[in-house]
Amino acid sequence: MGLPAMALIAMLGAIFAMQPRAMSYFGLTVLLNFTLPAIFAAMAQMAVITVGDIDLGIGPFLSLVNCIAATLLGGRPLLGWLSLAALVGTYSLIGALIQVRRLPSIVVTLGASFVWLGLALLVLPNPGGVPPSWLPALLSWQSPLLPLPVLASVLLAICGELLLMHTSYGVVLRGIGGNPRAVAHAGWSLLTGRMVLYAVAGTCGVAAGLALTGLNTAGDATVGTQYTLVSIAAVIVGGGEFVGGIVTPIGAVIGAWIMLLAGSLLSFLDISTDWQLSVQGGILIIVLGLRALNRWSGA
Amino acid sequence: MTDEAGEAFVRLSGICKSFGAIRALAGVDLTIRSGRMVSVVGHNGAGKSTLMQILAGALAPDAGEIRVAGHAVVHGYSVRRASALGIRCVFQELSLCPNLSAAENTRVFHPALAGPGWRRRARQLIGNALHAIFPGHGIDVHRPVGELPIGQRQMVETARAFTETDHPVRLVILDEPTASLDATAAEQLLRYTGEARARDVAVVFISHRLPEILGHADEVFVMRDGQVVGSGAADALTEAQLVEMMGVVRSVDLTHAPGSRGVREQIRVEQPARADTPLRVQLRAGEVVGLAGLADHGQRELLQAVFDAAGHPATTLRVNGSVAYVSGDRRTEGIFPLWSVGHNTTISRLRALARLGFLNPAREAALAEDWRTRLAIHTPNIDRPITSLSGGNQQKVLVARAFAAEADIILFDDPLRGVDIATKRELYQHVHRAAEAGCAFLWYTTENTELVNCDRVYVFYRGTITDEIAHADLTEDRIIGASFGAGHNVAV
Repeated sequence: MGLPAMALIAMLGAIFAMQPRAMSYFGLTVLLNFTLPAIFAAMAQMAVITVGDIDLGIGPFLSLVNCIAATLLGGRPLLGWLSLAALVGTYSLIGALIQVRRLPSIVVTLGASFVWLGLALLVLPNPGGVPPSWLPALLSWQSPLLPLPVLASVLLAICGELLLMHTSYGVVLRGIGGNPRAVAHAGWSLLTGRMVLYAVAGTCGVAAGLALTGLNTAGDATVGTQYTLVSIAAVIVGGGEFVGGIVTPIGAVIGAWIMLLAGSLLSFLDISTDWQLSVQGGILIIVLGLRALNRWSGA
Repeated sequence: MTDEAGEAFVRLSGICKSFGAIRALAGVDLTIRSGRMVSVVGHNGAGKSTLMQILAGALAPDAGEIRVAGHAVVHGYSVRRASALGIRCVFQELSLCPNLSAAENTRVFHPALAGPGWRRRARQLIGNALHAIFPGHGIDVHRPVGELPIGQRQMVETARAFTETDHPVRLVILDEPTASLDATAAEQLLRYTGEARARDVAVVFISHRLPEILGHADEVFVMRDGQVVGSGAADALTEAQLVEMMGVVRSVDLTHAPGSRGVREQIRVEQPARADTPLRVQLRAGEVVGLAGLADHGQRELLQAVFDAAGHPATTLRVNGSVAYVSGDRRTEGIFPLWSVGHNTTISRLRALARLGFLNPAREAALAEDWRTRLAIHTPNIDRPITSLSGGNQQKVLVARAFAAEADIILFDDPLRGVDIATKRELYQHVHRAAEAGCAFLWYTTENTELVNCDRVYVFYRGTITDEIAHADLTEDRIIGASFGAGHNVAV
């Protein structure tokens, strides 16, 4: 966790040096607003990576939540909340399917991503819609002491850390990623474990979609697409591994910040934001490459 | 906790277990009394590990009865059930989660370690067990066990088996526990089993080190070919008696006289002379050379080095000729599961079957058909998917692939592991025939009985060769002795 944290501090330092006005309550709010969906998406991805799976559908899932929030949730709140709950349940069932049929998660979630996209287009064919008024209000709430994005990041990191790294069941869940046979031999249900983690991923995905809706104050069936890459990169850059149950919630939140600030840094440097995706992908490749190099020389 | 009037803590009767066509256990009876150490010995493949997995609840027997503390427990017997009855097993392959710390691994093992303060209790539990068994162990119980050296991981796993929460420990199965421990830790563990027995805990101890067994066990059971072939009190037995019961290397009719092909002077593989060991690998054309010793003591590394060095001027190993490799791990590195029997056979020969980069299907089919007949692969036709064959026949296809490659050197990585005896015999014949024709074999096997097919045998111990045995001098004693470093030409 040390290295990602240092990288984050260095990035913040560079941004503050170039743009001292960013170093204020409002400056930080503007700079970091879009970390809110990203940290929740990263947390969703981390839950799935904990058992050695990967979720390629989280981006379109955010879009679907965004479209439901901009239509049903304002007009018919009960139906809206029910459908969001159903989405969480579906995520859990996807986990069950992957466990029971021993399917590769990469294929199942890729397939699911097209289902999410299709449903989003059905719910809201053209960008628009109106979210319930409390949602944008919540996202523009001026929290005491720390700006909302910072406060939410800290709270989410602490919650994630406590639940996954410090509860006794969190140990079992990480154990599934490390050596599923050993965990099953000790009498734990791998099915329950996967379903719990996928339900957590679904819940965090819903939270990310709602945060995105509150910031955009409208719905769009393609708005979430980039979050698939951002969430995976956040987990890995933060110190997680693709296999083996090696994850860190604090690291995932730091990783999400790094991914988002990479875009801001580009705009402060007067580089076109068209480069943002390439830079984010590049960071991921560099981090993985350095890690492989490190392991290679260490072995 | 003493059992009533001689009633055994565990009584296994008539346990049978088959894996496909292979009969791993054929009616085993075993009795374990509280506070006693029972040792089970036998060759690789004699059925010891299968029996222990059944006792620990990891495998269900096909037939037979398991009685624990006087009650039959066959139905719904599982690792967790066994654990609740006080039966613990340290499995041969490490059953720790590498990403978790020693304390966290202890938590995974004990459902009762939950709720507030679980981490402190888990730490104390495993810490105390480690201190009791391996004083001065120096293990950091907070580090992920994957970062610990193998010996320390084995210590954590062993200590974990002796930890108690809600159920007392009544029986601990130690399957090759000393294999990856250094001498001090191994001695500490053996001393601790004495303390455990004094607390009325029974111990099952599996080891290839016969002096350890005779020095510490109360009773010894000898297994061979899935059956218990002898038993007795440890103090009434000698090493020689045990070795004899385990079965001497049986001599089989060889279709060639070993050594007669020594006239072929062409050297296929040669290791340059090294200062640290007088023994170096040499393989001549037409020779069958066995690689023996316990699993993972450097045999695979040699095969890999020969494979890598083929066609490349390497400084560490000189390899002269083409190489084909047959893996015993057919699922992960052998078969192409979606392909037919024919395509699985001819893949090694495609370059010769192609003209201008295009394959000739007729020639490909003819080659596959030829090898199907020659190795008597049981399949209606070569277009059937390979996964429709039995395990032994799939392995034959892999051997056929290596033969079809017409390589000068064939590397066997324990290819006949888990193959039935009839298939083995057939394949031995083919190896001898190919050797007659000038093919050289490097044959790593975990079954010592297979070594009689070799002209010479190198025995490995911790990455070095401790003995070189000619066919005529091949004895089980000498192999077992050299497997533990007591070779005739030990490098000092």
